[in-house]
Amino acid sequence: MSMYQENAEVLEHEAIQGGYNLLIMRSPNIAPAVKPGQFVHVLVPHLGESILRRPFSVFRAEGDRLAILYKDVGRGTRTLTYLRHGETLSLVGPLGRGFPDPAPGLFPVLVAGGYGMAALHICAQRSPVKGVAFFGGRTAADILCVKEFEALGWTVIVTTEDGSLGHQGRVTDALDPWMAQGGAARKPELFVCGPSGLLKAVAARALEHRWRAWVSVDNNMGCGVGACLTCVLKVHDHEKGDWTWARACREGPVFAASDIVWEAVG
Amino acid sequence: MSAIPVTAVDLSVNVGGIALKNPVMVASGTFGYGPEYADLVDINRLGAIVVKGICLNPTKGNPTPRTAEVASGLLNAIGLPGPGVDGFVRTYMPFLRQYATPVIVNIWGKTIEEYAEVARRFDQVEGIAGLEVNVSCPNIKEGSALFGTDLDMFRRVVDAIRAATRLPMIPKLAPNVADITAFAKAAEASGANAISLINSFPGMAVDIKTRKPKLANITGGLTGPAIRPIAVRLVWQAAKAVSIPVIGMGGIGAVNDALEFFLVGARAVAVGTANFTNPAAAVTLVDDLRAYLAAQGMASLDGLVGTFAP
Repeated sequence: MSMYQENAEVLEHEAIQGGYNLLIMRSPNIAPAVKPGQFVHVLVPHLGESILRRPFSVFRAEGDRLAILYKDVGRGTRTLTYLRHGETLSLVGPLGRGFPDPAPGLFPVLVAGGYGMAALHICAQRSPVKGVAFFGGRTAADILCVKEFEALGWTVIVTTEDGSLGHQGRVTDALDPWMAQGGAARKPELFVCGPSGLLKAVAARALEHRWRAWVSVDNNMGCGVGACLTCVLKVHDHEKGDWTWARACREGPVFAASDIVWEAVG
Repeated sequence: MSAIPVTAVDLSVNVGGIALKNPVMVASGTFGYGPEYADLVDINRLGAIVVKGICLNPTKGNPTPRTAEVASGLLNAIGLPGPGVDGFVRTYMPFLRQYATPVIVNIWGKTIEEYAEVARRFDQVEGIAGLEVNVSCPNIKEGSALFGTDLDMFRRVVDAIRAATRLPMIPKLAPNVADITAFAKAAEASGANAISLINSFPGMAVDIKTRKPKLANITGGLTGPAIRPIAVRLVWQAAKAVSIPVIGMGGIGAVNDALEFFLVGARAVAVGTANFTNPAAAVTLVDDLRAYLAAQGMASLDGLVGTFAP
């Protein structure tokens, strides 16, 4: 695993919908090294008294181009929206252990809540088998890139809590019947990214039915490289029958659902 | 003075018997044990690497949340998780011995006996240049903070370590004391080879929506640029009080920050929280310090250290 610190040039930066933004940068060292599910640690320029970098899943990495897709949710992401074409920003990456290659013989199922979809896009691109992708959100504006995933060959099933797009309900309200109506029989392997409630709900099903499942956690981070021990979460030490800390930035952000101590996840 | 070539600048410095190729270290707790940053930072270019605090046995540290970003700083209560002496030596020393950079191990204990035992164990380990004594972690409930703020306790722990090791000993002083010079002098009298300061400053932050503390430990230690003026003041006072070398730290991220510390008497400096922001901070500081001295026509740090002119 190689990581780099480099100044990336902004090539394109646009608001997509509902507070979501797409930032495309030229990042010749990091972009070619990115694996599905990895992240970059971004030093948001002009953030004044804030001193830490902010982690973002890599949405796309092609050639020397690297894209992140983010939602304006706080001071850091708000400040990021002001970044213009031609400006540079410092990146450290690619960081973390991402999604493994889909296992041969299993049927890949992507499950995303909101912009969790961003962490799954490279996975969807590079997976030799195209399966089903479940996208959930509060409202239609939270459902992104359906056409892109469909163009890659995935069947996309959408849920929104307010029913403004796709099925009304949570992502599990669509996942459960799909599994019951033949999905489970296809030996699913789940790749999951979204809020912790979604991770927890999907992981509970995976553990109950013994589906292989990988979840990408979104913990607060400090250094992003494993030194500060801010982003730790409890994982099972199966050998000792105890728990131990794992760093979301280093051993994660992707974990096997069976490794996480879910009772400790808020 | 007229400028000299950068190649004519000798940054080497001796700190308490530890020969450093340059005076820029990375501070304990901000650089892991080395491998975490090895892809991003040429460890051979650092003056020294000070590893995260080690006590006798493996420890898990505090619950989460462990850090909170605050204005120009970072509040932390990590709680010193670590692999213990044996785990550290087995897992990390083979890696660290590859580099031509002195390894300073930050040590701590829950009791005076444990401090001494940890020091004794490291005395036998090849490749360790010195011990920094963490008497002032504010996040350990079992007495550790008192070692840094109670002068009698401080003397006892430093004396015990001195009796247990021949390695250079560097007590790391707590900033939240009424008179830093008393601690600096006590360290010197107990045979410390150098002192380092400052450790993080105790603080806390409250989430006004949930009415809960932002740290699971409630209180934590403040680091980063926010504490730099506090650190400069304390380094100045301590450096005046003792003749052993002073290693200055607290919010140093760039050469101008470091220059303040050198001017008030620090013989070396450490980059801490800035490593998180900019992994290249320490090596950039080395280059910029060399360039600064060259531009000033200074061939070494001698013309700089302690030349503060109030």
